[in-house]
Amino acid sequence: MSDASKEWPLWEVFVRGKGGLSHRHAGSVHAVDAKMALEHARDTYTRRMEGVSLWVLPSAQIVASDPGDAGALFEPAEDKVYRHPTFYKIPDGITHI
Amino acid sequence: MYTTDMTGKTKAEAVAEDPALIAAFEARVANDEFIEPKDWMPEAYRKTLVRQMSQHAHSEIVGMLPEGNWISRAPNLRRKAILLAKVQDEGGHGLYLYAAAETLGTSRDEMTEALLSGKAKYSTIFNYPTLTWADIGAIGWLVDGAAIMNQVPLQRTSYGPYARAMVRICKEESFHQRQGYEIMMHLAAGTPEQKRMAQDALNRWWWPSLMMFGPPDDKSPNTAQSMRWRIKRDTNDELRQKFVDITVPQAEAIGLTVPDPALKWNEERGAYDFGEVDWEEFAAVVRGEGPVTKERIQARQKAWDDGAWVRDAARVHAEKRAAAKLAAE
Repeated sequence: MSDASKEWPLWEVFVRGKGGLSHRHAGSVHAVDAKMALEHARDTYTRRMEGVSLWVLPSAQIVASDPGDAGALFEPAEDKVYRHPTFYKIPDGITHI
Repeated sequence: MYTTDMTGKTKAEAVAEDPALIAAFEARVANDEFIEPKDWMPEAYRKTLVRQMSQHAHSEIVGMLPEGNWISRAPNLRRKAILLAKVQDEGGHGLYLYAAAETLGTSRDEMTEALLSGKAKYSTIFNYPTLTWADIGAIGWLVDGAAIMNQVPLQRTSYGPYARAMVRICKEESFHQRQGYEIMMHLAAGTPEQKRMAQDALNRWWWPSLMMFGPPDDKSPNTAQSMRWRIKRDTNDELRQKFVDITVPQAEAIGLTVPDPALKWNEERGAYDFGEVDWEEFAAVVRGEGPVTKERIQARQKAWDDGAWVRDAARVHAEKRAAAKLAAE
C-alpha cells in the first residue's frame, strides 16, 4: 500500500480577503478530497485572518493559456488605444464627461 | 543563501538549448521581469531553483525540530502558545515553498526523498542542539533574524512563485524574531543565573548564525550566476555584514556581549569589523557532521515512516468514496 509515487492530488487555493473582494490565488495544498483540501487550505493560508472565504479546486482542472500564445492573444489590444477614454480630446470648457 | 549546499553544480548547461531562447530569457531577467511556471527557462535555471527552493523548504521543516523540543517545557502558557504558533508557522513556510518548487515539475515526494536520503541539504544551523530555554530566544532573535536578512531580498527574486511565497513568509517572520528577542530581553534583565543562560545561548548561536549566510564570496562559485539570474540579490558577505551591523547594537542594548574579540566598530567603513567564521566547522556540518545531524534526519525519517499508513489510508478511503459516489449516480 505504501507506494511512494501515490502522492495526494494537488489543489489550488483561493482566498477572499474580506467581503467585497474577489477570491485571489494564494498557493496550493495536497489533499485526498475537497474536504481535506479546505482544511489544509485553512491551516496553511489563513493563520492570521487573511480571509473570510476559501475556494479549492483540483490543479489538474485548471486550463491555462500557453505563454507562447501570449503575443497572439494579448498584443492585438495594444493598437486599440481608442478603447480608452483618454484617447478623446474634449475642450476644457466641457464638464461631466 | 539560506541553505548551504556547496556541492551543487549550476554551470550553465546550455548545450542543446536554443541561443535565441536563452538570450530572450536573459534579457527578461535582466529587465527585472518575473518568470512564471510555464515560461521557457534554461535547464540550469530550473535546476538551481529547485535546489534552492527545496532546500529552503527543508530548512523550514527541519527547523521545527529544535524548537519543537521546548514546546512541552515552555516556562509559562503565554510562551507555550507563542512557541506553538511559531513552530506551526515554520511548517506553513515549508509548505508554501514546497508548493512553489512543485511548479517547476519536481514532486513533493521527490523532494522529501532527497531530504531523507541526504541528497538535499538544509540550513546548517538546525544541526545544533537546543540545550536551554534561552536557546529558543537566541534562535528567534539570531536565526530568524539572519533568515529575514536572507529572505527580504528574495521577495524580488526572478521566479514568480518563489517571490510570492517569500512575501508571505517575510510578513510572518518578523513576529518570530521579536518574540525571540523578547525572551532574551527578559532573561538578560532577570537573575544573574538567567542572564548567564542568555549569554551562554548567544555564545553558542552567534557563529552558527553567521554561517547561515553561506561561504565567503570568493568561495561561493554559484553566486555570480545566481545574481545574474536574480535568484539571489545580494552576496553572502554583504548580507553577513548587514546582519552583524544590525545585531550587535541589539545585544548591547540588553547587556549581552557578542562572543567575538575581534569585533570593533570601523568608523571609516561605517560598519563593524568582525572575526573570521570557523569555515572548517561549517564545512564539517555541511558534510553531515553537525552535533545533532543524525537525530534530525532520524526524526524526519520516523515522521515519514510513521505517517505512511495515514497517507495511504486517507487516499484509499477517498478513492473508495469517489467510486461509490460515481456508482450511485
